[in-house]
Amino acid sequence: MSSLDRRSFLRTWGMTSAAIATSLWGREFLVGPKLAWAAEGSEDPLLAGRPLVRYPGKTDLILLTSRPPQLETPMKYFASAITPNEAFYVRYHIPPPTQVDLSTWRLKVTGHLDKPLELSFDDLQSKFPRASIVAVNQCSGNGRGYFSPRVFGGQWANGAMGNAEWTGVRLRDVLSAAGVKPGAVDVSFNGLDQPVMPTIPDFVKSLSVSRIMDDPNVLVAYQMNGQPLPMLNGFPVRLIVPGWYATYWVKHLSEITVLDKEFDGFWMRKAYLIPDTPCGCVEPGSAPAHTVPINRLDVRSLMIAPTGGERLAARKAVALKGIAFDSGYGIQEVVVSTDNGASWRPAQLGKDLGNYSFREWSLQWTPPRMGRYSLMARATNRIGESEPSEALWNPAGYLRNVVEHVDVTVA
Amino acid sequence: MNHLQRRTTYLAAVLVLATAAVAQKTSIQLPPDNPLSQIKSGTGDDAVRKNCSICHSTDYIVRQPHLSAPQWDGEVKKMIGVYGAPISAADARTISDYLAENYGTVSAESKKTEAGKH
Repeated sequence: MSSLDRRSFLRTWGMTSAAIATSLWGREFLVGPKLAWAAEGSEDPLLAGRPLVRYPGKTDLILLTSRPPQLETPMKYFASAITPNEAFYVRYHIPPPTQVDLSTWRLKVTGHLDKPLELSFDDLQSKFPRASIVAVNQCSGNGRGYFSPRVFGGQWANGAMGNAEWTGVRLRDVLSAAGVKPGAVDVSFNGLDQPVMPTIPDFVKSLSVSRIMDDPNVLVAYQMNGQPLPMLNGFPVRLIVPGWYATYWVKHLSEITVLDKEFDGFWMRKAYLIPDTPCGCVEPGSAPAHTVPINRLDVRSLMIAPTGGERLAARKAVALKGIAFDSGYGIQEVVVSTDNGASWRPAQLGKDLGNYSFREWSLQWTPPRMGRYSLMARATNRIGESEPSEALWNPAGYLRNVVEHVDVTVA
Repeated sequence: MNHLQRRTTYLAAVLVLATAAVAQKTSIQLPPDNPLSQIKSGTGDDAVRKNCSICHSTDYIVRQPHLSAPQWDGEVKKMIGVYGAPISAADARTISDYLAENYGTVSAESKKTEAGKH
């Protein structure tokens, strides 16, 4: 859009009703007058008033914010374990890059190293062994909108997550090629996204050297489900940290810096902190005495079908289906209750795509009689971690894991 | 293999290569701000648009839960103190008041309703 077009566009929508603005904006980005609420077939108030939008490289996603963009994946896409690239959620702190030229793009590996590297996109593909892993990428604040008491921040429903096969090179292979010097402590990661103003801390994250060298699954990925990454999911390469929250999965990765001391950047020391308690939680409404950087995923299970508010027929079998995941120990079992938690039955687990993946589950259920039912699913991983029946709380709205309820009417 | 066959094979190979390679230059165009997330009219709305919109669209405001005046004030102070938003002290006050009034725990509407009871 030229600046003139943009000005006239802004002038126009500033003066018009939402309906006219919708039609103007909608030609490219808004998917008709559809709102997410309707599209989801649910009565979730968190989705009320949020339009479906189509951003570059993406299909119809639920708009949370437009600048910087935050787009949520409709729950229907989680009916399958692998989330399509075009349906994968989008989340930025600072504006994404809008152009990448691979002929000049380089991944710089610098810092406390014997021989710093500058790798081209071809170098990454030709000079290192290829590695793949299926792994869940979930925003730290996924489900924040359901916190009670409510907290500020992106009011996500449960669609700030996705599961993909990531292919690239092992980060430890890259670091080994660069020769990590003794005394290295942390490694920081920066991407091509740039803050609007110099006072805003650039989005830089870190992992410890041992975290990286001990884990063959930490990748620098150049493919997502066998395709180049969509721009809004981190093109051309993205850091993959299976089992940990998405804040570490730096998009548009361009600088890897090995440090001989702890990294003290804003996004590690001041943001993405959780209470330093065994549950990562505090008494609702209170402040934690000590905090630590958020790290591994909590266990979660979500029912995808039926959806909340759906009407089912009595004495007619229906498949209860969903997904479960954890931080990489693997899902041991998923149990389902159709009587508000009075009794539980084990669900059948679907194909195992690896410990870091979504695991599909399903259970046939025949509603015995008319009425309202609260359906629940609870996952347990292989070290016995599960989901609490009452939601835990922390002031930033992270780590949501609770036995979610899906309320349906049988008529 | 005759000439035509060779050419077909060659073309097929080129096509396979073209599919496998990633385009050298990739660019996207992002849409303008969401027109459906305009903030409520009220005292101070100009200050909100002028200042807050430098860094983010107004969905960042209208999508937030209705929290208390001190909580909104804390958000404004965070934008200035942590992210360096260039907002004057006077505008900061105006913005905090606007947010508490229009997106606070007691909304303008419910205040009017309360007032109507007396």
